[in-house]
Amino acid sequence: MINYTVELNNLIKYFGRRLIFDGINFSFSSQHIYGISGPNGSGKSTLVKIIANLISPTRGKVIHKNNLKEVESIKLHNHIGFVSPYLFLYDEFTAEENLLHFSNIRGISFDKERSDYLLNELKLIDRKNDLVRGYSSGMKQRLKFIFALLHQPSLIILDEPTSNLDNLGKEKVYELIKKEAENNLVIIASNEDSDIALCSQVIELEKFKRAN
Amino acid sequence: MKAYSLFKKDWQSELRTRYAINALAMFILVTISVIMFSIGSEKISEYLTGGLLWVVIFFSAMSGLSRAFVSEEERGTTMTLHLIAAPSTIFSGKLIFNLLLVFLMNFVITFLFSILFNSFIIKNFTLFAIAFLFGNIGIAISSTIIAAIISKASSKGTLYPVLSFPILLPLILTLLELTKFAMDGNSVSSSFVEIAVLVCYDVIMLTASYLLFDFIWEE
Repeated sequence: MINYTVELNNLIKYFGRRLIFDGINFSFSSQHIYGISGPNGSGKSTLVKIIANLISPTRGKVIHKNNLKEVESIKLHNHIGFVSPYLFLYDEFTAEENLLHFSNIRGISFDKERSDYLLNELKLIDRKNDLVRGYSSGMKQRLKFIFALLHQPSLIILDEPTSNLDNLGKEKVYELIKKEAENNLVIIASNEDSDIALCSQVIELEKFKRAN
Repeated sequence: MKAYSLFKKDWQSELRTRYAINALAMFILVTISVIMFSIGSEKISEYLTGGLLWVVIFFSAMSGLSRAFVSEEERGTTMTLHLIAAPSTIFSGKLIFNLLLVFLMNFVITFLFSILFNSFIIKNFTLFAIAFLFGNIGIAISSTIIAAIISKASSKGTLYPVLSFPILLPLILTLLELTKFAMDGNSVSSSFVEIAVLVCYDVIMLTASYLLFDFIWEE
């Protein structure tokens, strides 16, 4: 079993002069679901982007360890699955073409069996050969889950995972999150009570603001 | 292999969206038509046609090659690329795509010049082919790294030619000189210094681009 951990060491983030959060110290480990919550503008998306190495913190450090060995930032993308409303897939390709290109660019062979399993689980199997351009926002959100899970990452970061999903979609996503958390590390940034209810520990970002 | 897969994705996407090809084709047609109308029945010198060739190539490159990164930024897929590949893979993939576009574009432009302008006569074809090869590589490398820089800016359209001009100027000047030599029928050995400058430019730009790209790509 893979032991994946993420340590946040005194993270500080400013946008210009505006402080987003200050002094976050936290440790995440596999087989848990962690939550990040806070009001709009509190920096939930910023924090998950920093954890995923998509943006840099102003100060502080994020350390990813895979089986106690530090993961190089250049190889971090191989270990991360990411879902968010501001993530876009290629509209001019079909769902399956998107997944095929992503696997090839990652340098792994396209696992058609897993792709079909995930497409089937998220009720997209019948539309896998349709251009993503014709998908509804909920279908695009489901496809993002497949994009995040196809390469079997050890760290799954979900920013507002249930946005645009109907009740059936939410249930399916919760089922998948619980299943993934059996072996992997899952971090959810959300304000939805039902999303946060899945988490064993929650970081309240409001606590990491200080008066300027 | 990963870079080639990214190139394949971009090429397939380009064939479906015609994002850069249409812009390039229209630009080439319009500029060559304007040159032909403005010349009319006047006979222009060989050197001038050689110069005009690289002017058309420079501005055509400005109109189409920024697409490699700008299209990703405009469609919001930059983050998706961040999540699937290392910066060096992304730069290599985009560079292969721009290399193909530059070679296609410049073959078309040179072919049109050779059939439309009587004074476009190359006496030493080998020398011109060497200049064409290394010149295209230089244009592709410079355009790719500049495209990466400007893709985050708000005024992409105006910034691209402004940033490109000082970077591409030494390349264009050397290419103009080599085209002139090829038109005069000079030998390859007598143009060694200019060819060496061209090769050095390509090597320096490629090395600098790979070193810089990590910093440009990270937010």
